[in-house]
Amino acid sequence: MAPTTSPPGDAAGLGKARAAAFVLPALVLIGVFLVFPALWTIYLGLTDYRLTGLAAADPQVVGLDNYTDALTDPRFLTSLWLTVAYVGGSAVIGQAGLGFTLAWILRGRTGPVRRAVEGVVLLSWILPSTVVGFLWFALLDRDDGTLNALLHTPGLAWLLDHPLLSIIVFNVWRGTAFSMMLYSAALENVPPSHLETARLAGAGVPQQLRDVVLPLIRRHVLTNLLLISLWTFNDFTPFVLTGGGPEGRSEILPVYVYNIALKGGELGAGAAVSFLILLINLIFALAYLRLLRGRRKSLTGPPA
Amino acid sequence: MITLHRLTKDFPGGVRALDTLDLTIGDGEFFTLLGPSGCGKTTLLRTVAGLETPTSGTIHINDTDVTPLPPGRRDVAMVFQDYALFPHMTVSDNIAHPLRIKKVPRAERATKAADVAHRLSLAELLHRRPAQLSGGQQQRVALARAIACHPTAFLFDEPLSNLDARLRLEARTFLKRLQRELAVTTVFVTHDQAEALALADRIAVMSHGRMIQIGTPADVFQRPATTFVAAFIGSTPMNLLPGRHTDGALHVAGATLPAPTGTPEGDLVYGVRPEYMDVLPQTRPDAFPGTVSVLENLGTSTLVTLENDGTLIQAVVPEGDEPAIGTPAWALPRRSLLYKDGHLLQAPPRKPVYTGTALL
Repeated sequence: MAPTTSPPGDAAGLGKARAAAFVLPALVLIGVFLVFPALWTIYLGLTDYRLTGLAAADPQVVGLDNYTDALTDPRFLTSLWLTVAYVGGSAVIGQAGLGFTLAWILRGRTGPVRRAVEGVVLLSWILPSTVVGFLWFALLDRDDGTLNALLHTPGLAWLLDHPLLSIIVFNVWRGTAFSMMLYSAALENVPPSHLETARLAGAGVPQQLRDVVLPLIRRHVLTNLLLISLWTFNDFTPFVLTGGGPEGRSEILPVYVYNIALKGGELGAGAAVSFLILLINLIFALAYLRLLRGRRKSLTGPPA
Repeated sequence: MITLHRLTKDFPGGVRALDTLDLTIGDGEFFTLLGPSGCGKTTLLRTVAGLETPTSGTIHINDTDVTPLPPGRRDVAMVFQDYALFPHMTVSDNIAHPLRIKKVPRAERATKAADVAHRLSLAELLHRRPAQLSGGQQQRVALARAIACHPTAFLFDEPLSNLDARLRLEARTFLKRLQRELAVTTVFVTHDQAEALALADRIAVMSHGRMIQIGTPADVFQRPATTFVAAFIGSTPMNLLPGRHTDGALHVAGATLPAPTGTPEGDLVYGVRPEYMDVLPQTRPDAFPGTVSVLENLGTSTLVTLENDGTLIQAVVPEGDEPAIGTPAWALPRRSLLYKDGHLLQAPPRKPVYTGTALL
């Protein structure tokens, strides 16, 4: 309990001035390294600032030109579509689906099988991106690749023929560990007696999932989907594998920004697209949070 | 009817939870499995339910061999200690859930759920969620869900243990009446001997995966087959005093008692319930001497503990008859049992105090 002398909401009894002094260093760091760059990006997005040339020395404010250009640019729209496919395929279906399946199969299991699977899955999660990129080059390489050797398909250029599929599978491989761990923890909170009650009523696995498991772990599912969607949406690692190519067929938005801003030198346009990505992230997050809050209300509030 | 034949369950690591059990539970019988934790009673219940697979042996329910069947096809309903109500479903949906799994049409489900709920005084609560119910109401919803699908057997895994003491007594009476009305074969697991005595038509006392004694509550209470059962059954533990039979008399804790005919010579254990002892203020050769060391008030009576050379003898005296602490007293046994090597000696039959109404 807070001492009786301190006002409500001030459990530590610091007073406003000292409390502010404690928070200030963190606020300064956040301001310098987070808020300022974000605002700077918004400003840049309204200019024709370039990496080189005349506009680099004397950038002009061009209003919303960058935004209208981007939204009418077929390359941007293609990239947006690729990103949606990448997030849907690798995060929502791939990582969450595979992660949940693994967690469900390993649930209640102990011993070497579980430890081995967890170890292998975690290993792919903790390896640095560049190392993983190199491993996948070795796997998918056209001439000496492991995959072609295994499938007896010499000369099949996976990264060139199926660039989107390649980076989706790559990201599933890389990121499933997080979902698996999260769902493992969530499934431990499902009381065995609930599942057994359903089994005694004759429920199969789909019905057990529908009636018992998913309602109980729904908040875990939403949190997991929010996190992995945002991470995947902003993921730059596929650049290591394909560089966005060939012909932009794996150019997801973060790679697109890199390509136009740093390779193409159009910093202003890049900043504008970055801001669009930020907006999309924000919409994602708000939608998920709304779902979460609705859930909480329906469990504790008056019945529907 | 549930029939077990040489049922055995070994857990990995060499623990034998069920040891070649043979048992027949009659139609409509209220059968209680009683024992301390780890005795295998819950494992037996779960094996009957199909949640555990026996290592060997068979289970028949109504002449059908259900041993290879999954839980959902055994036509049994189970109530768990934590009730296992689905928190996101209303009371109505919870009760109707087994019917939903069995693909009963929605309208029929709702009607059935309402019927059962009405019978268990839950009609007002049909649209609440489990979190909005009291413990007793939750327990009744779990019962209602078990009843709604009309199973051939109820399996109860300590369903009353999460209720507070007063509610547990009410729920006990309610459950017994309900089971009588429905006349559905019931297997009830508990570690509470009072609950077992109160509810059961027959009790099986289990220890280490074996059934030590099977009988009516009166049998088990009056003639515990072993010292283990004797110590386990009864609200106040039975006095189990080491004694010796020589020269036609029993020498137990300072008392000399007549030996029933046919009692073998040698070391014995003399068992007498505290309720079957009188505390006297003056000496008698066939009473246990001691000094009053503890008085425990049981409400309408008092549990008196006499101490004699480190041996503790307990007796129950009616209220108002308590001896003073520190005074000498003598405890005179009225009814006793003799155990040799842990097993009850088949003493000559004596007139029972009352006759239990056993079904079988």
